[in-house]
Amino acid sequence: MTKISMTVNGKAVSGEVEGRTLLSAFLREELGLRGTHIGCDTSQCGACAVHLDGQLVKSCTVLAMDAAGGAVTSIEGMQNADGSLSVIQAAFQEHHGLQCGFCTPGMVMATAALLKVNPKPTEAEVRHHLEGNICRCTGYHNIVKAVLAASGQDVSAIAAE
Amino acid sequence: MPKDGIGASTVRREDVRFLTGKGRYTADINLRHQTYAVFCRSDIAHGRINSIDTAAAMAMPGVLAIMTGADFAAMGGNPAGWHIPSRDGSAMREPKRPVLAHGKVRHVGDAYAIVVAETLEQARDAAAAVNADITELEAIVDMAAAVANPGHRVHDEIDGNLAFDWGWIEDNRAAVDAAFAAAPHVTTLELTNNRLAPNAMETRASIGDYDPGTGDYKLYTTSQNPHLSRLLIAAFVMGIPENKLTVVAPDVGGGFGSKIYHYGEEAAVLAASKALERPVKWVADRSEAFLSDAHGRDHVTKIQLALDKQGNFLALRTETLANVGAYLSNFSTATPTFLHGTLMAGPYRTPLVYVNVKAVFTNTAPVDAYRGAGRPEATYSIERVIDKAAHELGLDPLAIRRQNFIQPDQYPYTTPVGLVYDTGNYNATLDKMIELADIAGFEKRAAASKAKGKLRGIGYSTWIEACGIAPSNLVGVLGARVGLYDAATVRVNATGNISVMTGAHSHGQGHETVFPQIVADMLGVPASSVDIVHGDTSKIPFGMGSYGSRSLAVCGTAITKAVDKIIAKGKKIAAHMLEAAEGDIEFKDGKFSVAGTDKAKAFGEIAFSAYVPHNYPLETLEPGLEETAFYDPANFTYPAGAYACEVEVDPDTGKVTVESFTCADDFGNVINPLIVQGQVHGGVAQGIGQALLENVAYDAQGQLLSGSYMDYTMPRADDLPFYTVDHSCNTPCTHNPLGVKGCGEAGAIGSPPAVINAVVNALQRGGHKAVTHIEMPATPARVWAAMNA
Repeated sequence: MTKISMTVNGKAVSGEVEGRTLLSAFLREELGLRGTHIGCDTSQCGACAVHLDGQLVKSCTVLAMDAAGGAVTSIEGMQNADGSLSVIQAAFQEHHGLQCGFCTPGMVMATAALLKVNPKPTEAEVRHHLEGNICRCTGYHNIVKAVLAASGQDVSAIAAE
Repeated sequence: MPKDGIGASTVRREDVRFLTGKGRYTADINLRHQTYAVFCRSDIAHGRINSIDTAAAMAMPGVLAIMTGADFAAMGGNPAGWHIPSRDGSAMREPKRPVLAHGKVRHVGDAYAIVVAETLEQARDAAAAVNADITELEAIVDMAAAVANPGHRVHDEIDGNLAFDWGWIEDNRAAVDAAFAAAPHVTTLELTNNRLAPNAMETRASIGDYDPGTGDYKLYTTSQNPHLSRLLIAAFVMGIPENKLTVVAPDVGGGFGSKIYHYGEEAAVLAASKALERPVKWVADRSEAFLSDAHGRDHVTKIQLALDKQGNFLALRTETLANVGAYLSNFSTATPTFLHGTLMAGPYRTPLVYVNVKAVFTNTAPVDAYRGAGRPEATYSIERVIDKAAHELGLDPLAIRRQNFIQPDQYPYTTPVGLVYDTGNYNATLDKMIELADIAGFEKRAAASKAKGKLRGIGYSTWIEACGIAPSNLVGVLGARVGLYDAATVRVNATGNISVMTGAHSHGQGHETVFPQIVADMLGVPASSVDIVHGDTSKIPFGMGSYGSRSLAVCGTAITKAVDKIIAKGKKIAAHMLEAAEGDIEFKDGKFSVAGTDKAKAFGEIAFSAYVPHNYPLETLEPGLEETAFYDPANFTYPAGAYACEVEVDPDTGKVTVESFTCADDFGNVINPLIVQGQVHGGVAQGIGQALLENVAYDAQGQLLSGSYMDYTMPRADDLPFYTVDHSCNTPCTHNPLGVKGCGEAGAIGSPPAVINAVVNALQRGGHKAVTHIEMPATPARVWAAMNA
C-alpha cells in the first residue's frame, strides 16, 4: 500500500492505495464519493467520467497512483458554490435529460468538458462528443437537448415539449 | 387543480440527487463488517460437474467461505411464474432452477460456487483458484437442432428440449387452416427476432445481511419488484417465513425487465451471510451481466397472412420457436405466450388467428421479458408480414393497414386471440403520424438523398399492446400463478404532509414526481407536500412492482383508491368537527365544507384533528388518517400508435442511418407529458438498437461472442436522431379512474418493424426489387449483402 495525495473537488485528500487501485475505486471506496459510477469493465460506458487536471477521463482507466498530485473534479463538485444546480445540471433537469440517473454523473462531466472547449456546439458535435457515454434510458434525445440548452442555445424548435 | 397536478410537465424532483451524485444504488451501500462475494461461473456451455475442489482457494488470504451447488441442493428451485400447458394438454416441463448449478452446468456464466472474502480482490483471487472438474458435453445452441435431436438434452429428464408446445387458440386452428386453404392470396415470411441483452446501466448487485440475534434476513438488491423477490426467495427457494425477510431495492439504475426476476445470487448472499453472520456484498461486473442477466426476445417465426385481392386480412397464423435458454426464468413462460400470442390480432379486424409457440431449452443464458416482452415480437411479425403482403399485392402500406383497422365504433372489441380491447382510435394516430412525419414530402426528401448518392426509404408500424399488467382473474385463466393487482397506503401525517407507500418501483420512471401529482390533484395540496415511499418491503403493504407499463395504470390507481378512502374518512371527521351530517360534507379544492353553507375545514385542519382526537366519538370514528387500498384492474390497457421511420442507406457500405422517427401514440390520459415523452424516446432508441445494432451472439459451442461493450453494439448518441413524439390523440382507458394506459414499452414495441420496413423500402426503391426482408440487426454487412446478392 502506498499513500497518495491529490485534490478532489477543491479539497486536499490522501489515502492508502495498492498499485492496482483504480481512480474510480479510490473515489468511491476510499473517499466515499459514490456519485462516480461503474457501469462496465471495458472503459466504454462513461458512467465513471471525471475531470483530472481539467481533462475528461474515465476514472476506471486511471490508476489512483497516476492521479497522485493531480486535481480531480467529480460529480460531487459540480454544483454552484451555494449548492444550487449548475447551469448544466439545471438543464438536464429542465429537459428531462435523465431517467434512472446511473449514467447521469458521467453525462454531466462529459458535457462540462465539451462546453469548456466548445461553448456553442452543434447537435452533431454534441452527439459525437457523447459517443463515449452510454445511456440506456433516454434515447439521448433529452440529453442532447439539455446540452444544447446548457450552452445557451434555443432548443424550443426541437421536437417534444 | 394545483399547478403541479395532473397534466403538468413537472420537472422531476428525484433528478436533484441524481445530478449531484447523491443517488444511492445498491453498490453504493456499505455495511459495517461486510464481506465480498465473487461467483465462479462456467466457462463452458454444457458440462457434467464431477467435483469442485475448494481446498486451495479456502486456504488463501482473507477467504471466509466457499459454497457450491451442493450446499444449496436441499433448497427449492426458482420457479416459473406461469404454467403454460401444451396443445395436447400435457403439463409444462419445468426443470428445477437451483440457486447454484449442481450436477450440470448449462450455460456459459452458470454460477456453481460463491466465494466470500474480506476484500473484493481476495475473493476474486480465490475464485480463480476454485478447481471445478467438469466433463464437457455437446452444447445445444441452435433451437431447430435442439428440437430435432431429442437425445441431446439440456435437462436430462426432458427429451426434445421443449418446455411446452402451445397453441392459441387451439380450437381455432382448423378454421384458420381452412381459411388459408381457400384464401386468394397468402403471404409468408420467416424471420428472427434477435436476442438482446437488456443492459441496464447499473449492473445487478445484492447485499445479504442476516441478523443472528433475531433470525431476520435483509436483502438489498437491484429489483424492479422487491415484494415479488421476497415471495420467491422466502416461499419457494429458501423456505423461510416471509416475515423474516426484508427486501430493499433502493435507487435502481434501470431495469427494462432484467431486474424483475429473482436470481440465484440473491439467495446465495443471504445464505452466506447467515453462515458468516456478517453482511455479504456482491456487485456484478458487466461481463457477468452479459453472461447471466436474463436476455430478451430470441424468436424464430414463420408468419403467414391470408388476404383477398383487395388486401383485406382473412386469417393469420404463426409458428414460433422461442428460446428460453437453460432454465425457466420467472416470466419466461408468459413472455412468448400470453404477452405475445394474445397480441397477434394487432389493431386489425383479422377474423381468424392461430399462434403456435414451442419453448425450447438451449445451453444459453435464460431468456425472459425485456422491454415490451412478447409484444415487440408479435408486432414485428405482424407489421413485417403486412408490408410484404402490400408489396406483393401492389397496395400502399398505409392504406392496407387503415382498411383493416378495428373501427372506433367497434369497442369493446373481442379479438380472436382472447383479449377485449376497451377503446382506441387507430385512424386518429395514423392521421397524426402522417401529418407529423410529413409523408407528403417524402419524395422530395428521397430525391435529395438520391442526389447525394443515398437510398432513402420510409417504413411504418401501427402497433397495439396490452399492458397495465394485469387483471388477476384474466391472468389466472391464462396460467399465472400470482395475482397482478397492486397496493398503496396513503398516510396523512398530523401536520398535513403525506407519505404514499406504493408497490410500484421507480428505476427511472419518475414515480417520485408523478404519483404526488395525482395525490396533489385529488387532495388540493401542493405536490411538494407529498412524498413517495417505494422499494422496501418493510415499509410498503404489498406490491407486484414495475414492469409491463403497469406503474401508473395499476399502482397509480391503487393510490387513487387509497386517496378516495382518505377523503371519505376526512368527511367523517369534518362532519364531526362541523356538527353536520356526513352526507352533507363536500370535499373540493382542499376543503371539507357543509353543502350550502360557508362552514368549512381545510385539509390540514382535518389531518391535525385526526391525530389530536380529543372529543372523537370513538365508537364510530377512529383517530388517524391513513388508508390502504388494493386495486385489481378489470382489464389490460391497450395503448396503440402509428410510427414512421425514414432511413438513408449508403449503397457502397450498406450502412443505415435513421434520418427521422415519428411517433403518434394513444396513451389515454397523460399525467406528466415530459416524462411520457422521455419514456417513448428511450423505448424507440432500444427498438432502433434492436433493428440496426444489437445482437447477442453465441457460437456453435455456446460461447458468448457478444460479452462486452466492445462486442455488443449499444446505441450511442451519434447513432440516433431527435425523435418526433406526440400523444395528443388519446382515448382514455375506460376501466381505471385516471383513464391512463401506460407508455413505458410503446417505443420498443412499435419501432423495430418501422425501421426494417424502411430499410427494405429503401432497397426496393433503389432497384433491389428482390429484397423482401432483412434480418435484425440490419448491419452494414447484411444490408450490403442483400443489395449484392
